[in-house]
Amino acid sequence: MIARLVDGVPKRALILLGLLMAAMLVAPLLVDPYILSVLVIILYFAYTGQAWNVMMGFAGQLSLGHALYVGLGGYTAAALYVHFGIGPWAGVWVAIAISMAFGLGIGFLAFRFGIGGVYFALLTIAFAEFTRIGFDHFDWVNGSGGLFLPVEQYSVNDLPNLRGSPTMFYYILLALTAGAFLLCRWLLTGRIGYYWLAIREEPEAAQTLGINVFRYKMIAVAISAGMTALSGVFFAFYYNNLFPEQIFNISRSIELILGPIIGGVGSLFGPILGAFVLTVLAETVTEVMHALGYEIPGIKQVFYGICLLVVIIYLPHGIWPPLRKRLGLEQKP
Amino acid sequence: MSAPLLSVSGISKSFRGLRAVRQASLEVPQGGIVSLIGPNGAGKTTVFNMIAGVFRPDEGSITFDGKRIDGLRPDQICHAGIGRTFQIVKPFKELTALENVLVGALRAERDVRAAKRKAEAVLDRLGMLDKRGQPAAQLTLPERKRLEVARALAGEPKLLLLDEVMAGLRPTETDQMVAVFREINAKTGMTILLIEHVMRAVMALSQQVVVLHHGQVIADGTPEQVVRDPAVLECYLGEEAAV
Repeated sequence: MIARLVDGVPKRALILLGLLMAAMLVAPLLVDPYILSVLVIILYFAYTGQAWNVMMGFAGQLSLGHALYVGLGGYTAAALYVHFGIGPWAGVWVAIAISMAFGLGIGFLAFRFGIGGVYFALLTIAFAEFTRIGFDHFDWVNGSGGLFLPVEQYSVNDLPNLRGSPTMFYYILLALTAGAFLLCRWLLTGRIGYYWLAIREEPEAAQTLGINVFRYKMIAVAISAGMTALSGVFFAFYYNNLFPEQIFNISRSIELILGPIIGGVGSLFGPILGAFVLTVLAETVTEVMHALGYEIPGIKQVFYGICLLVVIIYLPHGIWPPLRKRLGLEQKP
Repeated sequence: MSAPLLSVSGISKSFRGLRAVRQASLEVPQGGIVSLIGPNGAGKTTVFNMIAGVFRPDEGSITFDGKRIDGLRPDQICHAGIGRTFQIVKPFKELTALENVLVGALRAERDVRAAKRKAEAVLDRLGMLDKRGQPAAQLTLPERKRLEVARALAGEPKLLLLDEVMAGLRPTETDQMVAVFREINAKTGMTILLIEHVMRAVMALSQQVVVLHHGQVIADGTPEQVVRDPAVLECYLGEEAAV
């Protein structure tokens, strides 16, 4: 199984990956709290982007409503914690199950009735939007007033209840991101991965080669939704508050797919690289504007838009594939 | 004589009032090579699509290997043992030639490494092993046609449906292709049903030729019988083709 993960990967790539991992592991010891919070955001987008990539990058199904799964995951775990005192490590499984069920429901409606391409994307937006409106009126989780988790000062990290310092959250996210990377690598080098790519490239030909297209699309949606639910659980316990208007918002759905698009849809390292590049640049722009004395609301969004334009025009496959080639890290056939 | 591997009896298909195929019947014996020929628009590809599960016939039945297969989905047909190629090639463009064939090989061989070895063997047989690492998007049309065949072969079908795989090939390439199919047929006993316009290939390969015209079967026999059939000469081959 481990052999399959590294099969055909150049040694240099493994060494660079190891170095990156080592750097990420020691980073909290070296950086100030602000940089650490930026690193948390980077990892959050890297992980969530990887989850979205399973559906779009591998199986070719464009979801523009992934905030739905973030929100459902976050709300489920937070509500279980607030109302019943069920800890996040138990609640996360319920969160995953509920997100998967929603994903499978949407997938069934779309794939069973042949809704594809842009219409599928619209369907995903619609589900995210009406779930947002539904949660606005969902009194059990305090509707539009928002759901708050109890906040106290902690002298020690309470890992079982996910209460503690940013450093603890950083390491949890790092583990999640690394785990998602390995999981995706494992999926992509297996039978299911090749079947997804075939479906992405040419569904009719894929079916002719014996692939049950409906089933494999459903599996992609379930895995992607389940992985994304974890982002939501993290979000809830890190920020301690959830508002339907924020977490289910379409701008959140768009924000979390920018990383993989800029990094390289369908590549494994693309979402991670994209999250790094985008977050670091956006923070820099904000800092520079701040230093120059300008406070322009929405500057980050404008900047995201420009990045997206530049990448789509000049690097339609994202930054990572050409960079990978230049670094000589391409996989041997 | 044993029961035919594929038996199509009285199938019809209409598209919004246009009767593309009318009551067509044909049989393909186990281990045989049968050609389906006819003018453009005769309904050849529609017959293929009904056998391959893309369309459900309006009437009639299709029996393969002793089981009814009409109405099954294309992936179920594939698992029943029928592989096909598309007239307009549909490669997985961003995947390499090897990965394209690998997807086909994974039907019979679940282990990726073993499937990869099998895919390499199939590419080698079709003289494409040197292209293994190239994305399908970069292949020439004749190469893509061969890739299409390789992908179908990798699934180890009992019956191979070839939809105009010789079209656009040079005569020498056609002869190579014919040699490949002959060898596969002789070695593995794989049954082949092909749609073809290139008579050079039809005459060299087939033991039996079925002629379709306006959706109906107008002739069915050995190649020598069919090319002398007056009805076939009139509607398809033309007088000069009488060889």
